[in-house]
Amino acid sequence: MFENLLQFLGLSAFSLKGFGPLLLLGTWMTIKLSVLSLLVAVVLGLLGASAKLSSLRALRIPAQLYTTLIRGVPDLVLMLLIFYSLQTWLSSFTDAMEWDYIEIDPFAAGVITLGFIYGAYFTETFRGAILAVPRGQVEAATAYGLKRGQRFRYVVFPQMMRFALPGIGNNWMVMLKATALVSIIGLADVVKAAQDAGKSTYQLFYFLVLAALIYLAITSASNFVLRRLERRYAAGAREAVR
Amino acid sequence: MIELLQEYWRPFLYSDGVNITGLAMTMWLLSASIFFGFLVSIPLSIARVSPSRWVRWPVQFYTYLFRGTPLYIQLLICYTGIYSIAAVREVPMLDSFFRDAMNCTILAFSLNTCAYTTEIFAGAIRSMNHGEVEAAKAYGLSGWKLYAYVIMPSALRRSLPYYSNEVILMLHSTTVAFTATVPDILKVARDANSATFLTFQSFGIAAVIYLAITFTLVGLFRLAEKRWLAFLGPAH
Repeated sequence: MFENLLQFLGLSAFSLKGFGPLLLLGTWMTIKLSVLSLLVAVVLGLLGASAKLSSLRALRIPAQLYTTLIRGVPDLVLMLLIFYSLQTWLSSFTDAMEWDYIEIDPFAAGVITLGFIYGAYFTETFRGAILAVPRGQVEAATAYGLKRGQRFRYVVFPQMMRFALPGIGNNWMVMLKATALVSIIGLADVVKAAQDAGKSTYQLFYFLVLAALIYLAITSASNFVLRRLERRYAAGAREAVR
Repeated sequence: MIELLQEYWRPFLYSDGVNITGLAMTMWLLSASIFFGFLVSIPLSIARVSPSRWVRWPVQFYTYLFRGTPLYIQLLICYTGIYSIAAVREVPMLDSFFRDAMNCTILAFSLNTCAYTTEIFAGAIRSMNHGEVEAAKAYGLSGWKLYAYVIMPSALRRSLPYYSNEVILMLHSTTVAFTATVPDILKVARDANSATFLTFQSFGIAAVIYLAITFTLVGLFRLAEKRWLAFLGPAH
């Protein structure tokens, strides 16, 4: 009991019946995976939002399909679909080109898959945020002779971030919790580590609760950071109202 | 593709001959967890906005725990974790409850959706119009009558858009049930995949079914909003 309490407090974080390092590696994997997927998703989201707001039908329709289809299907189904199909497609492609067999790195596939799925959610967040920037701002920027790219970079982007931040935070939390699913497609994340440790020590409950607490720590930390960021970005708005 | 459909349409939709599977199982999981989650979240949401911190804090702690951790881990704890404790297996009632995958899954799902729903309803109660409550008090309503006739009907209506979001998220979350051997749509797709190696087609069919359920739910909630949120619309 006392030993458990010590471990619970992290005083012997590197022991945990010998599974401490494994859990730490798993946690690191989870963090790496979610941060990289976030990057992919944000880039896709910005591209998707610009496509959705474009005056070209050829851009609007694919973007609309992307967000509707991806957000209508559960992330786990998409994950299995894309993850397993990526390898099959690549194999048939290399066969057709008569190249050597290339095996996809599961980590990279995980990042691409998660990024692609959550890119659809970010598209909607960014679209709403861009629409929330008053039209006059863009017109004024055009009147000042700013080019398309400059208008986005110096005028629209800094202002839309305030509107986008709550949505970004929400998506990040959902995505962070979705990373727990990657153990199903065979990545050695914190859930997999906890399951392995629990099975070999017959203490599944203890290790699973530990994994849950690790997630709780990450989500609480992100929540804290997000609140501060929101307060920062809202500072200008409060002054304007006053 | 045609053979796959011919062989697997029945398990995908309702039964593999022995058990309820596929769409029917997913809908059962969804409605059971939404039902229990809804029932429990109403008293909890009232407790969540209580002026007494001894009532408010335990509920806040519960929603913090369940909203801060992934549902997949919650399910694993319910299904494999709790049953691995010897003390649980020694009590006959707990033993028979936690041995059944279905019970564990619905328990984990209900607890999870209840936490989110509690926060949604609590938010709606907090944003009640002061005048509405004052008018109700002036009419002599108080205690549970105030909640039953004025606060809850209004709060539940106003939380409908957020609640519909939660139901759809819950539908998407039911996919983890297959890890606890519950034969939902995704489990059938995985079986079909390992039997035929038609990966894209097997999971594609599952994706199409989920898409259809999502669109149906969105449509139903839109109708419900039209009916119960009409008072928020523009005046004619």
